[in-house]
Amino acid sequence: MRYAETGFNLEVDLTRGSIERVPTDPRLTELHLGGLGTNARMFWDRVPPEVEPFSPDNLLVFGTGLLVGTPAPGCNRTVVSCISPQTRFFAFSMMGGFWGPELKLAGYDKLVVRGRSPELVYLWINDGKVEIRDASRLRGLGSLETAELIRQELNEPHAQVASIGLAGENRVFFASIEQGRSSASRLGVGAVMGDKNLKAVAVKGSQDINIARPAEFLQMCNEALQFIKVREKNPIPGVMPILAGLGSPQEMAIHDEKWHTENFAWGNARHRRKDFWTDEVKEAWTGTMETMRTRLLSCYNCPMKCGAAISVDTRMCSYMMKCFSKLTYTMAAFADLNFGLRIAQKATEHGVDAFSAPQTMAFALELLEAGILTEKDMPGLPASNEGKFYWLLDRIVRREGIGDILANGTYWAAKEIGKGAEEYAHNNIKKTEQLPLKLGMLNPIYFLMYCTGEKANITQIEGNFPQAPFNTREEREAFVANWEQVPDERFKQWFLEWETRGEKSIPQYPSVDATCEIVHWQEKMHYIDDATGMCAGLSSFPLKPPFHIHILPKLISCGAGLDLDEARLNHVTRRNRTLVRANNIRRGLTREDEKPPEDHWRKRFPELEKKLLDEYYKFKGWNLDGIPTHATLHELDLDYVAEDFLRRGILPRETASPPLPGSSKGGAA
Amino acid sequence: MTSDSSKPRTIKTIKINVDKCNGCRACEVICSAFHAQPRYSSTNPARARVRVIREPLASIYVPVYAGEYTAAECAGRDKYTIDGKEYAECAFCRASCPSRGFFKEPDSDLPLKCDMCESDPSLKEPLCVQWCLTDALTFEERQVEETPAPAPEEVDAGLEALANKHGWDKVRDALGRLAKEE
Repeated sequence: MRYAETGFNLEVDLTRGSIERVPTDPRLTELHLGGLGTNARMFWDRVPPEVEPFSPDNLLVFGTGLLVGTPAPGCNRTVVSCISPQTRFFAFSMMGGFWGPELKLAGYDKLVVRGRSPELVYLWINDGKVEIRDASRLRGLGSLETAELIRQELNEPHAQVASIGLAGENRVFFASIEQGRSSASRLGVGAVMGDKNLKAVAVKGSQDINIARPAEFLQMCNEALQFIKVREKNPIPGVMPILAGLGSPQEMAIHDEKWHTENFAWGNARHRRKDFWTDEVKEAWTGTMETMRTRLLSCYNCPMKCGAAISVDTRMCSYMMKCFSKLTYTMAAFADLNFGLRIAQKATEHGVDAFSAPQTMAFALELLEAGILTEKDMPGLPASNEGKFYWLLDRIVRREGIGDILANGTYWAAKEIGKGAEEYAHNNIKKTEQLPLKLGMLNPIYFLMYCTGEKANITQIEGNFPQAPFNTREEREAFVANWEQVPDERFKQWFLEWETRGEKSIPQYPSVDATCEIVHWQEKMHYIDDATGMCAGLSSFPLKPPFHIHILPKLISCGAGLDLDEARLNHVTRRNRTLVRANNIRRGLTREDEKPPEDHWRKRFPELEKKLLDEYYKFKGWNLDGIPTHATLHELDLDYVAEDFLRRGILPRETASPPLPGSSKGGAA
Repeated sequence: MTSDSSKPRTIKTIKINVDKCNGCRACEVICSAFHAQPRYSSTNPARARVRVIREPLASIYVPVYAGEYTAAECAGRDKYTIDGKEYAECAFCRASCPSRGFFKEPDSDLPLKCDMCESDPSLKEPLCVQWCLTDALTFEERQVEETPAPAPEEVDAGLEALANKHGWDKVRDALGRLAKEE
């Protein structure tokens, strides 16, 4: 019997219309767990670097995490992978909600879609019965409308539906896959779904998910729930309110947006508004939220309420949102919250990423102001500021006129427009739009995270270590007193000594070595979550979460019947992380790609930055070009990667001799 | 039969506050895990004895508990419209009944019924309540006096009514038959 996982993938070839239920190799679970880990392995094995994003050979994989659907709170995440049209690298965009557990309950760990359907279709997965169905009448419809119509057509009110809107159909490079409560928004996974002519996937399941060691597993779940109760009553002092508790930033529940509105940049990631958050704004925005927010919502089997249903005018015209998407449209347009929540409803139906879409629109208006684009490029552009954003959104998702260029995101659009437009696409890493942040002093921890985050999204690598030092020693001592989540005591010491100014402040403190460890720890926790399907909101993202490195090995072991301790889980996680990188190295990722936006910090330190990256690469067991070394690959049972790198000339042959015992550098654990 | 009417009875109530429900379905997850054999060895909301009827965009979340099994479906059915959204026939009914798939074991079709997580030793609260951190589900236990036996004259009046309808002979026969079976 297989535990926590089903032991089967559903393979669908849309070119041939074939559907197969394929047993998976349990050895892969031991090597990679599930979710991102086994997705990365599948791409390594089946998607060579020549494959173009919009090729029938590109896979679109919906991989549930290993513990998804078990009673472990918050284990509901699906990792959607494909080759991204935007970055042209291996994408892993994640969604919570209810879809992943339902796929598991239907009897599949992953849905693997290949080929391209000649007509627009949707998939209906009802336990063992799977159909490819005509979706022509759904063409052009919104993602949520589509879900509703499919549920009606099937007469299955509780089927879970993941769908694309117009943006996905038209292969907008930042198109999302929406599933009501959550979405896989980053890196254009919706565009690949649209390229495959797949409008939606509906799923309903009624199979059991087995637990290997039930009593122990349940006890751990109960303890986590107890922990959550206590932790939620004790927000961390000295941290901005939306980050003081658990979950993703609590922007649906908490009205205080001083931190985001004053520290993040408005427009095309340009302008700080330092005294923005006045009583007047606070009152108006609180009113907007309380009028439009109908209910705080959770994902499957999670007590946190990170999401909310937002109603525009009528309850039937609703959508769900969470976190910073609350503000991205508002801030891009220098508008108010009412506008932001209204346009987000349209954007959700069209299915676009809430980081990239507003920034791309603000970028277009900057180009217009600069005379690089002219009114001739935008015939019919409304006079009002807000009208312009609605107009641009519409052109982009339809790929009409200038929208056809903007639909490729700021990086590719700037290249195509030329005339100096590149200067305006200033907020990208690895060709994709970042959070709009422009700060003063270089932070070494964030520098490394921005550079090396394979997903190119800071929220998917930051987390368990405080974002900034606390003001006083007393506050820091109070913070570390019950900080059981750290890998070891050194992390407490680093935080204790971290000052806001003086010798022990950024950029020189934490030291390069400590910075490597802090970055590695935070990233590691995300990679564990992405393999288990645990939501970052209960584990790798917030400070002092219920699930951490001293608990997760046992939780995974009891759930899935594996025999993991911290060392073994660290090893598997390093393997997964290295394999994700290997996929991208093979697709041309170089050290040159690993840098933050040039204007992210005003004060930069080239020598320190070089040293940080050199040392971090070494720490990870990579060479100075950021390529995993032979020794590292061998140690992680990735010799097949080393062989491929040799064949392609990515690694030089002279170092190909088998490593001596203990020769692998890797301080990383 | 005893005439002592003071025997207290325990009423267990799960109070459902639909305004507090965040739609997470933890109640379904833990219910199905608790009732798995061996306990907690699997989970499957299709086997749960509580289901959250949900219509996310209309903000409708109603946990409904599996009630009595009925061999026959109702002669009349109900259909709700709330906030302009029409719900499936019998959507909010708690019976396990032939007219729909709810509250039946998915493989055997055997009816399911909430047993308040009966177990030995007994739990302080049913697990759905323990796992509902938002307090949409809360538990209340109260003692009530057993309904007192009807006064003798009420029984007389009932029998007289029957006799008027069927005649004394038939009533006497029926009483004799029932007494024998008892």
